[in-house]
Amino acid sequence: MDRAKLRELQSERLVKIVKYTYDNVQFYRERMDEAGVKPSDIKSIDDISKLPFMQKKDLRDYYPYGTFAAPLKDIVRFHASSGTTGKPIVAGYTQNDLDNWAEGVARCLTAYGATKDDILQVSYGYGLFTGGLGAHDGGQKLGATVLPMSSGNTSKQIMLMKDLGCTGLCCTPSYALFLAESIAEDPDTDIEKDIKLKFGAFGAEPWTENMRKELESKLRIKAYDIYGLTEVSGPGVGGECEYQDGTHLWEDMFYPEIIDPVTLQPVEPGQQGELVFTTLLKEGMPVIRYRTRDLTHLIYDKCRCGRTMVRMGRILGRSDDMMIIRGVNVFPSTIESCILEIPEFNGQYFVTVDRVKNVDTFDIDVELRPEFYTDNMDKMLNLKARLTMRLVSVLGIKPVIHIVEPNTIARSQGKAKHVLDKRQFKNE
Amino acid sequence: MIIDQLSIFLNNAVGRITEVTSTLSEAGVNLKAFTLSESSDFGILRIITDNNEKAVEVLKANYFAVNVTKVVYMELGDTPGALYNSIQKVSDAGVSIEYMYAFSTGDAASVVIRTEDIERCNALIEEV
Repeated sequence: MDRAKLRELQSERLVKIVKYTYDNVQFYRERMDEAGVKPSDIKSIDDISKLPFMQKKDLRDYYPYGTFAAPLKDIVRFHASSGTTGKPIVAGYTQNDLDNWAEGVARCLTAYGATKDDILQVSYGYGLFTGGLGAHDGGQKLGATVLPMSSGNTSKQIMLMKDLGCTGLCCTPSYALFLAESIAEDPDTDIEKDIKLKFGAFGAEPWTENMRKELESKLRIKAYDIYGLTEVSGPGVGGECEYQDGTHLWEDMFYPEIIDPVTLQPVEPGQQGELVFTTLLKEGMPVIRYRTRDLTHLIYDKCRCGRTMVRMGRILGRSDDMMIIRGVNVFPSTIESCILEIPEFNGQYFVTVDRVKNVDTFDIDVELRPEFYTDNMDKMLNLKARLTMRLVSVLGIKPVIHIVEPNTIARSQGKAKHVLDKRQFKNE
Repeated sequence: MIIDQLSIFLNNAVGRITEVTSTLSEAGVNLKAFTLSESSDFGILRIITDNNEKAVEVLKANYFAVNVTKVVYMELGDTPGALYNSIQKVSDAGVSIEYMYAFSTGDAASVVIRTEDIERCNALIEEV
């Protein structure tokens, strides 16, 4: 679809969804009235900037049903976010919502080269988390064979991956890395002979180019990004194509904008900022200008694959995850990419931030690849110095690096936890 | 003579050495010599045992980062000047010593030396 036609479609759908939410959700009606915008003011996609934003806090404040637009009799499924910081975000889906969600995932799988001949091992958690069932429905929509593995039980994962000849793996990149390490350590499994994987659909947490290289070489696959979030629908809001040059967003269904997180104004096309979504087709729980907190940029040029839909650059972090240490903005993803630049480190890390006598402390535990734990203390201290220097030059502040024993840093099977901030700020 | 020494990477955590020694004692491995060198956040425990194969096996099974290093081992009379005579040869030949440790068993003393040039160091010492 050329971009002019796409814009027409987006405009038509935006007009409809704004009227639909205004008519059906008190929350939107109040917000729009406060902002002095009427549904009739929205005539095309260009008018979207007139609409007020919404954020995670709104979904919490109106928990559980306050932002639903469809009556419960039409809602066929719930999902919920992990809710580690209070009430979870509960999303309700109509059958059409589930169909469109599956369509989004199926488009991603197609872009990875998957067909109905593929066997998908879905190792995202099943349940409230959108990862498991989202990938599952998308795989079935494509006509592929789905193994609803869920997360955990690593030895069984490897056994079925081998025995059934799974060709695609869907899970978080950190769990994929953990599986890759487990396969390498398993004396009964030969990655070349026993594992048939061709591609991986990795998402639900930000990851880096270096992690991609590592996953591709360890698992002998092509590793693709799949992007999504529960508030918007789930995984499959977008995915990479064979050129792995940005994540295509299915913007006929999920309209993306990039705003400056401080001024809240749209940025120039291509500039970096916070990603904002408007669901153009959602019935159950539509969101209008939802602030994702994900920091990235959008690429509007036509992709070499021929797709015209906008591409999203790597997620550079979340405006939530950003730590301010000694006055400097620090993203965990920056730390991760510095660590992965030095091949002696295995990429696992854990950051601890604290405040002692009014000064921020900044400590990072790292592990080496097994062969680099040697008798030579100087070599290990040199590695530590190299990483410290690299981080100082990139971040502008100096962390204290601790090389720890292998497998000391907890591996996660869901979203990786890389940071512990022990600082207690008053008046917050 | 040239022998194997086990080097174990340890976090600076209370009780970590106890865990190594209990792992080895449960496996019936006897420690001949033992030294710990440490930086601010990790240590390297170096041991010589009566059964290295078994020691490596049980340590790896318990997730310790262990590896085997060649060292020069020599026995000396426990008398003044015994160490000097040997070490002088090594340093005169320009072989630098990374680290060494010694332990006395009463009437004899044992010395363990780690250098970049194990073969040469050993040859020099055996000449004594």
